[in-house]
Amino acid sequence: MKTREHVAKLIFMFCALTAVAALFVIIFFIFSRGMPAIFEVGIGGFLSGRVWRPLQGEFGIFTFIFTSLVTTIVAFIVGSRIGLWCAIYLAMFCPRKIYRPLKTMVELLGGIPSVLYGFFGVVVIVPFIRNAFGGPGNSMLAAMIILSIMILPTIINLSEAAIRAVPSFYYEGALALGATKTEAVFDVVVPAAKSGVNASYILGVGRAIGETMAVIMVIGNSPHMPESVLSPARTMTAAIALEMSYATGLHQNMLFAIGVVLFTIVIVLNLILTIRRH
Amino acid sequence: MNKFQLKDVNLWYNDFHALKDINMDIKAKEITAFIGPSGCGKSTLIKSLNRMNDLIDGCKITGDFLLDGENIYGNLDINALRKRVGMVFQKPNPFPMSVFDNVAYAPRVHGIKSKFKLNEIVEKSLRDAAIWDELKDRLKKSAISLSGGQQQRLCIARALAAEPDVLLMDEPTSALDPISTAKIEELVIKLKKKYTIVIVTHNMQQAVRISDTTGFFLLGELIEYNNTEQLFSMPTDKRCEDYITGRFG
Ligand SMILES: Nc1ncnc2c1ncn2[C@@H]1O[C@H](COP(=O)(O)OP(=O)(O)OP(=O)(O)O)[C@@H](O)[C@H]1O
Ligand SMILES: [Mg+2]
Repeated sequence: MKTREHVAKLIFMFCALTAVAALFVIIFFIFSRGMPAIFEVGIGGFLSGRVWRPLQGEFGIFTFIFTSLVTTIVAFIVGSRIGLWCAIYLAMFCPRKIYRPLKTMVELLGGIPSVLYGFFGVVVIVPFIRNAFGGPGNSMLAAMIILSIMILPTIINLSEAAIRAVPSFYYEGALALGATKTEAVFDVVVPAAKSGVNASYILGVGRAIGETMAVIMVIGNSPHMPESVLSPARTMTAAIALEMSYATGLHQNMLFAIGVVLFTIVIVLNLILTIRRH
Repeated sequence: MNKFQLKDVNLWYNDFHALKDINMDIKAKEITAFIGPSGCGKSTLIKSLNRMNDLIDGCKITGDFLLDGENIYGNLDINALRKRVGMVFQKPNPFPMSVFDNVAYAPRVHGIKSKFKLNEIVEKSLRDAAIWDELKDRLKKSAISLSGGQQQRLCIARALAAEPDVLLMDEPTSALDPISTAKIEELVIKLKKKYTIVIVTHNMQQAVRISDTTGFFLLGELIEYNNTEQLFSMPTDKRCEDYITGRFG
């Protein structure tokens, strides 16, 4: 009996260590290839340079950072509003009969592989933008729309859980003072769920900034600074994925360097999340 | 003067008959206590006085509930009713916001915007709830950081800020220590000058100390309803006598 306990404990510990080890191995390889490359070309020029011409040895990624941040922020603003309202509806207003089907669909939305979101973008969103606003259609706007939709399930599911976790005595307390249902929900219940809702926002942002495949399929991937939201552009994730298959030498190391920047942004987001939780 | 008149009240939770043929008058500006063993329907009855039972699926109510002669399950607007009939819960439930915003919540919901007027109402309500001196320097602090007893008195202040006529209290001291309990009892006695108070309690001494009239409930029925002194000194029903002398669960 004793030995069995012991073996089981060792197996669990081994599994846990594997996950931690994977994290450190990934960090190690990204940074060990990326950091020397950043210092080789100079960190200032790397972060603020607007020209990406790897074959000529020009490695400025400001355009990619800019595109990633702008698409993510816009997708976040749109997706977080819609997602929060959707979560409020599901948790507080939805009739029981339609709750199950709605919830199932939201969960399904979260399970769709990103390449299929990309298809949807190519077939529906890109032609729509081309017809409605002109230009190539493949654009930052297309990526913003796709990403707003892609972050919905994360925001809806986590925010709904946060709203449901608010003790019912807050809601009842507000009603007992003569508040209407809408007032009770918006004045008391949703603010009480704030920390969980914020967590859902941060995870949503993480999902948007890290999304690669769907973005590549709709954003047009031009390495130049976009002139408007209708211009094609390239995010950091797209920049890495597009060139990794053929890049060699310094060029390949520079892609790792972009990974360093991306990783740093995601880590900062997660730190904010952890700090807010405590 | 009767504040409430209940006539042939019956209430079901789905098939479960929780209140049976209740007839009672609740006098204005008095303290009425509901006592009885767990599960006898005290909370159910007190919650039907401000229609909090409306939140429960499958709850069906028949009979008349007259508030100042007007049927509360009739045309009366439910939010206006709840403004008139305030409620204090068993577990203190201040909102996770500042002391000030808690007390100002009801006036704001009912349309008062003027900062000056709100300040006035908040101060008056906190004074009436005998907690102004303790909290006047902490109005901006989160209400969650107060002690349990302070939270409960804050909740009373919050209810008073709606300017109700009636205050319903469902075991308001059962989660509190003896000192906080004494403070709340003292406060409740003071409040009856202005308000009609209905209180549910498991503590028989409490009922004797503070209430004017007591109702004893058993299995959804109102068994005995009388002047508190009389009910406790000379109960007419055997089951009531057993309960108040402690020979009953
Ligand atoms: N939402 C509900 N659905 C179904 N039955 C309920 C519901 N609420 C209460 N009941 C039942 O109605 C009866 C009366 O409950 P109530 O809460 O009014 O009792 P109580 O006298 O307040 O008891 P306690 O002293 O324990 O608070 C109980 O048998 C209880 O199980
Ligand atoms: Mg009860």
